[in-house]
Amino acid sequence: MINSHNPQKFTGHTQLKTSPFFERTSKLNQSQEWRRWGGYLAATQYDLHHDNEYFAIRTKAALLDVSPLYKYSIKGPDAQSFMDRMVTRNINICEIGQVMYTPWCNEKGKVIDDGTVQHLGENNFRLTSAEPNLTWLLDNSSGMNVNIKDDSNNIAALALQGPNSRDILNCISSKSLNNLKFFRLINTKLNGIPVTISRTGYTGDLGYEIWVDPSKSIEIWDMLIKSGKSYGITPVGLNALDISRIEASLILLDVDYISSKHALIENRKSSPYELGLDWTVKMKGNDFIGKKALELEKKSPSNWKFRGIEIQWESLEKEYKKVGLPPGLPSMAWRTSTPLYFKNKQVGYATSGCWSPILKCYIALAHIHADYADINSCLDFEIKVEHFRKLTPAIVVETPFYNPKRKTSCPN
Amino acid sequence: MSKLSNYDAIIIGGGHNGLTAAAYLARAGKKVLVLERRYVLGGAAVTEEIFPGFKFSVCSYVISLLKSNVIRELMLPRFGLKILPLESTFTPLDNDYLFRTSDGDQTYKEIYRHSPKDAETYKRFGPLMGQIGMAVRPILETIAPNPLNPSISDLMALKKLLNHVKRLSDEHFEYLCKLMTMSSADFLDEWFEFEPLKATMAASGIIGTFMGPRSPGSAYVMLHHYMGDIDGAFRAWGFQKGGTGELSMTIARSAKHFGADIMTEAPVNKVIIKNGKAVGVALENGDEYKSNIVISGLDPKLSFLKLVDEKELPSDFVQDIKNFRIRGSSGKVNLALDGLPNFTSLPGDGPHLRGAISISPNYNHLEKAYDDAKYGNFSKEPYMDIILPSVLDPDMAPPGKHVMSCFVQYAPYDIKGGWNDSKREAFGDAVINTLARYAPNIKDIILHRQVLTPKDLETTFGLTEGNIFHGELTLQQLFSLRPAVKWADYTTPIKNYFQCGSGTHPGGGITGSPGEMAAKKILKIW
Repeated sequence: MINSHNPQKFTGHTQLKTSPFFERTSKLNQSQEWRRWGGYLAATQYDLHHDNEYFAIRTKAALLDVSPLYKYSIKGPDAQSFMDRMVTRNINICEIGQVMYTPWCNEKGKVIDDGTVQHLGENNFRLTSAEPNLTWLLDNSSGMNVNIKDDSNNIAALALQGPNSRDILNCISSKSLNNLKFFRLINTKLNGIPVTISRTGYTGDLGYEIWVDPSKSIEIWDMLIKSGKSYGITPVGLNALDISRIEASLILLDVDYISSKHALIENRKSSPYELGLDWTVKMKGNDFIGKKALELEKKSPSNWKFRGIEIQWESLEKEYKKVGLPPGLPSMAWRTSTPLYFKNKQVGYATSGCWSPILKCYIALAHIHADYADINSCLDFEIKVEHFRKLTPAIVVETPFYNPKRKTSCPN
Repeated sequence: MSKLSNYDAIIIGGGHNGLTAAAYLARAGKKVLVLERRYVLGGAAVTEEIFPGFKFSVCSYVISLLKSNVIRELMLPRFGLKILPLESTFTPLDNDYLFRTSDGDQTYKEIYRHSPKDAETYKRFGPLMGQIGMAVRPILETIAPNPLNPSISDLMALKKLLNHVKRLSDEHFEYLCKLMTMSSADFLDEWFEFEPLKATMAASGIIGTFMGPRSPGSAYVMLHHYMGDIDGAFRAWGFQKGGTGELSMTIARSAKHFGADIMTEAPVNKVIIKNGKAVGVALENGDEYKSNIVISGLDPKLSFLKLVDEKELPSDFVQDIKNFRIRGSSGKVNLALDGLPNFTSLPGDGPHLRGAISISPNYNHLEKAYDDAKYGNFSKEPYMDIILPSVLDPDMAPPGKHVMSCFVQYAPYDIKGGWNDSKREAFGDAVINTLARYAPNIKDIILHRQVLTPKDLETTFGLTEGNIFHGELTLQQLFSLRPAVKWADYTTPIKNYFQCGSGTHPGGGITGSPGEMAAKKILKIW
């Protein structure tokens, strides 16, 4: 093996939590680069560079440890009506075995967090989220017959994403995944170990998330790596995930928006409409927290839209050519708020962006003033070339940037 | 003889350059027909399932030089472009190895094991070659002017290039001159001391060329290989998912999207010329297609000595084309494997199998391999540039199996006694024996092998003498001299007959550049 020249045993100590898969991921992480995620150590990248991991997501199969996600169990006679009240989606039409992506808001219609609601059984739900939400759930459950439990440490989670992910799972699952539709889940066994598999993920590709008892996590990891070997399964870290989620135009808390729970000023808060999540707001269903405010906002729409932009190559190349450099493309996703102008007036800001290796295009997600947010509008994007600020054209485009058919299709 | 429909332009040859030209012309609203002799598109950039379940980039196998404007203008990502990174070079040695990756610090430490001096020099060398590559780019991206009788646009192009060269620093100008004239070995000797490092780098100076690392001129070929970039990163190499044929199909899909017609199994016999003007083509089956212009994507020998009668061309031009050097020097061995090769010096699976594997332990290995070829034999211990496409893209082989692509040099076209089945097998054996010295298990895991000699490259893929670049990349046949002086701007002595293959400026490799620039030139004068 390559590390034969580095015989010392690598040991480390951390005050952060380690995931149930850490025994495997820590040994595979060649770069030993980790990021903090919900108090856990999460692999930034396993290789010295994330390129190969990115292409595993888009052309093979990527295995990601997503255990740091917060997971809540909501059970009891009022579980369904409780969930329906908590989130903006209409949970009353969420069938058993269905998963819904949804934001949830405060009374003023400003987004607190976003995640998925899994309808596991009769009055039995699981909510996943980026941040802790237990208190928010408990505070809003008074008078309702529900049992809310923080399951974050009781469930280990892996995401298996990419075009070969279905084939790999079919090799070891007692039930075929061929008919499992997008945003549906099944209970099955992987070589005898009970798991829940949802057809969900954060990559915008064909992919699944596997929810399993932590005591079985290593067995599941090993069997996936083994059965996935000939399908190109690759452990993947957060750098590659970040690029794919931008390509899929999936928003990230604390990057693309700030939770209304801890935004210091009102202006920092966003409604679902301001985050491009109009489709998640059910106005026809029952009342939910924030509905009244959102009804008002619908009547008098916000000044802000959330859009995708494409930074135009020719001008970017020209700016760099002037100083004798090839176009400076970001080698990984960035998260620095970057101004957008229209005729020297700032009309918005991009919150995350990357060079898309599959689209061969420089893309970003941006908050844009509604007057300038029409598709095909041409704005000016701020770049720094050799320490000097320059403006270069960017076009407002439809999202998601990347949306392969396989994401939602079933075989045959 | 039947008269079939009329086209604005007919392109002979569905190689990647012919398809690129077709896509550009169709994009400009022209009615275009591409005629390909084989059943499959791509020319030398082709993927074929040679053995059931095992797919091979049969000839050309890596991508680096594909122009970024071609990618954008033909919207290739939309039609299937997926270039997977090939991020390392592994040089196995008898008791050790050299393993360079795209990570600068890792590579520094690795070279440091062998030579602290080289490790430091390497950090300087890469950026310098990148800078020179960037400096040379505008020359590659300019339609080669006619220096003897320049038009106004030729003069403007020359002036622009001159201004560009003037802007080069003294240091860059000096190195550029050295690269244009020296041997890669001499050039690298000025920099490095560790032989396996020098030999592996020098090897890119002999690829596709009938020269050894100590032959003057080989440094330019090395530079040619440094000019590629992927996403703005110079000297980056990649592998198209599905093989190079899938890249050709991507361009073909783009061409079709813009309205081009593409026919396979349609071998062209002759370009029809009336009153000194090309007016269409005749297929081998007798069908004729009329068109306003005809463009050949084939090499200069075929374009001018086969597709048209010599009497249609000026005799000095015919002489130039006859003298055009197109000696084949390489072969290809494609292996279907039951497992992965196990290198003695770095056993097991690992990142070293995800990049290029170079059998180039020292200069003498390369130079001796060339010596064999000089005297009419294939190399007994050849140089090899190997990749394992199935490691990058498991769809290339059945689950658990692998495909291995070995580019092998030297295999002269004019081998003593001529190529035959037993020589082909002996050549294949020499390749496997050389490889087995470093990965002894190779003999046990071969399920099938395909050996392609230069003669096979000529017969099957229409590469005259088996030359992968449609003509060597040597000074006397570059830029305004490629393929012949006065006719380096994609025009030919026959009116309405054009050329767009790798035998035109800027030469071989999967660049799309000759196809793109030919189409742009044609559209300019149409």
